[in-house]
Amino acid sequence: MQQNIIHLVDISKDYNGTEALKNINLYIRKNEFVTLLGPSGCGKTTTLRIIGGFEEPTSGDLLFNGVKINDLPPYKRRVNTVFQKYALFPHLNVFENVAFGLKIKKIDKKSIAKKVRTILSMVNLAGYEQREIGSLSGGQQQRVAIARALVNEPEVLLLDEPLGALDLKLRQEMQIELKNMQQRLGITFVYVTHDQEEALSMSDTVVVMKEGTIQQIGTPIDIYNEPKNAFVADFIGESNIIDGVMLRDYLVEFAGLQFNCVDHGFAEKEPVDVVVRPEDIQVVAEEESALKGEVKTVTFKGVHYEMLVDSTTFRWKIHSTVMAPVGAKVGLKILPDAIHIMKKVATTK
Amino acid sequence: MKKNWLSYPYLVWVLLFIFLPLLLVLFYSVTTRTEDGIRFTFEHFQRFMEPIYLRVLLRSVKLALISTVICLLLGYPMAMILAGNGFKRKQIMVFLFVVPMWMNFLLRTYAWMTLLERKGLLNTFLSWLGLAPLNLLYTEEAVVLGMVYNFLPFMVLPIYSVLSKIDKSLIEAAEDLGADGVTVFRKVIFPLSLPGVLSGITMVFMPAVTTFVISRLLGGGQFTLIGNLIEQQFLLVGDWNFGSAISMVMMLVILLSIGVMSKYEKENEGSGLF
Repeated sequence: MQQNIIHLVDISKDYNGTEALKNINLYIRKNEFVTLLGPSGCGKTTTLRIIGGFEEPTSGDLLFNGVKINDLPPYKRRVNTVFQKYALFPHLNVFENVAFGLKIKKIDKKSIAKKVRTILSMVNLAGYEQREIGSLSGGQQQRVAIARALVNEPEVLLLDEPLGALDLKLRQEMQIELKNMQQRLGITFVYVTHDQEEALSMSDTVVVMKEGTIQQIGTPIDIYNEPKNAFVADFIGESNIIDGVMLRDYLVEFAGLQFNCVDHGFAEKEPVDVVVRPEDIQVVAEEESALKGEVKTVTFKGVHYEMLVDSTTFRWKIHSTVMAPVGAKVGLKILPDAIHIMKKVATTK
Repeated sequence: MKKNWLSYPYLVWVLLFIFLPLLLVLFYSVTTRTEDGIRFTFEHFQRFMEPIYLRVLLRSVKLALISTVICLLLGYPMAMILAGNGFKRKQIMVFLFVVPMWMNFLLRTYAWMTLLERKGLLNTFLSWLGLAPLNLLYTEEAVVLGMVYNFLPFMVLPIYSVLSKIDKSLIEAAEDLGADGVTVFRKVIFPLSLPGVLSGITMVFMPAVTTFVISRLLGGGQFTLIGNLIEQQFLLVGDWNFGSAISMVMMLVILLSIGVMSKYEKENEGSGLF
């Protein structure tokens, strides 16, 4: 049975009248890779800092293995943090940085040396012990920061946008490495990022946040395929979001046309948000679909083309491996299971 | 290379006002004027080796060291308070701290005389309390007090500026790795503030070891320091040669102390004169 290692109960955080977090409820299971995802200012870093002990919640409880730890200082918590800008000690070399936490715990010198060596080789930095921090590249500093946190064998590792400062290729490599490490060590990771791709590719659970509230909690696949509202849909990947009206179960009207869909349980004539992923729209010959439009722009994106197609009421974003030239009149085909119907939320858009 | 001529004014300045005077001092210190002209000699330096003068040197270094240590002990916590607190109050504190420095140095030291003298403010207060008056002025303590009072800002400001630049996330990282408040200070804050401490020490020690105003006003001539000695030789005795020799010795002492400091600093990542 998996147990909850961290439980946030009704946590709110107030900075001089500005609400950074509003009644956050979240539990994190042991060995889970949880990502807090959202745009800047959504409260994800605040949530992480509350778990780390650098902020105290204004109200609500933080439970660690079932014990309330609201005002436990950071140095007494069984969690370690990888900071956004690494926060490595510039007056210490690599070895001393990594050994910092172990030395405080008064572990004997031999096992410190052994542990540091093991962890450094795990992050591919064997032989860098005596190097000064300033002489390392960004990626190497990143690894030292991870090693410095992991060497303490925390129960939970908190990572605050740890890959934000790295270039794309290095970031992708580190994503895979981090995920491997997490699985190998069996440590719970709480990961903060604003990069939805990163969140989707690494996490067991993604927590999408916005303006201090949790929008949706789910597996990456759930979040991508079944976004709960237009905000999540828009934030996770690209989307066409269009106003629609639910005519009856399994039938929706938008863009002046009626479409079959797989959603039901809405009130009759209920206004809804209709979300269609750009890759779920097929470009067909004009006469093959009731929904028609004219190609306005075509951009080559590597794997696919991105086309903007104007129909009478809406500009559609389409991702396709087949290109239609600018100015071409095309038909757009949307299958029922590509149409996601969402209740209108007052706060979104 | 093309714009070399831009540095000429500075070169002239350096030559006229730094190099030439230094050369003159050096020249005076190793020569003596006799009836048959100027003669090269080391006699002034030999004269300085007499115990009476060495004692003056020793006393100068001792008082300067004591003042420096007191400045450090007072200044470091002060700098920490300045660097640590809420923003608004901090600005006012730094301001208040710097304001006395805008006042004339002599004036400030004279002010201490009226506070400390036999019939001064402090003794008046003591007698009002029914206590016997104390001999405060013209003591070694008064000289040290004067040095600490005048030079404390030079200790606080460099430490403050280093402390306030320390990245807060480093402190959080240390806490995160299990360090309590004392350990954070010992292992992170203090080592990172060392450059400020070193420059503070240098900036207090150097003027303290050469001062002659403070020792004359607050020491009342009883505590001749090396600065007074030099002043006397030039202004009272008129023995410019001996005065120059003492100046050269003084410069050597200062250079040596800076050398020791910067060597220490270099070991801790930094660069100095040596």
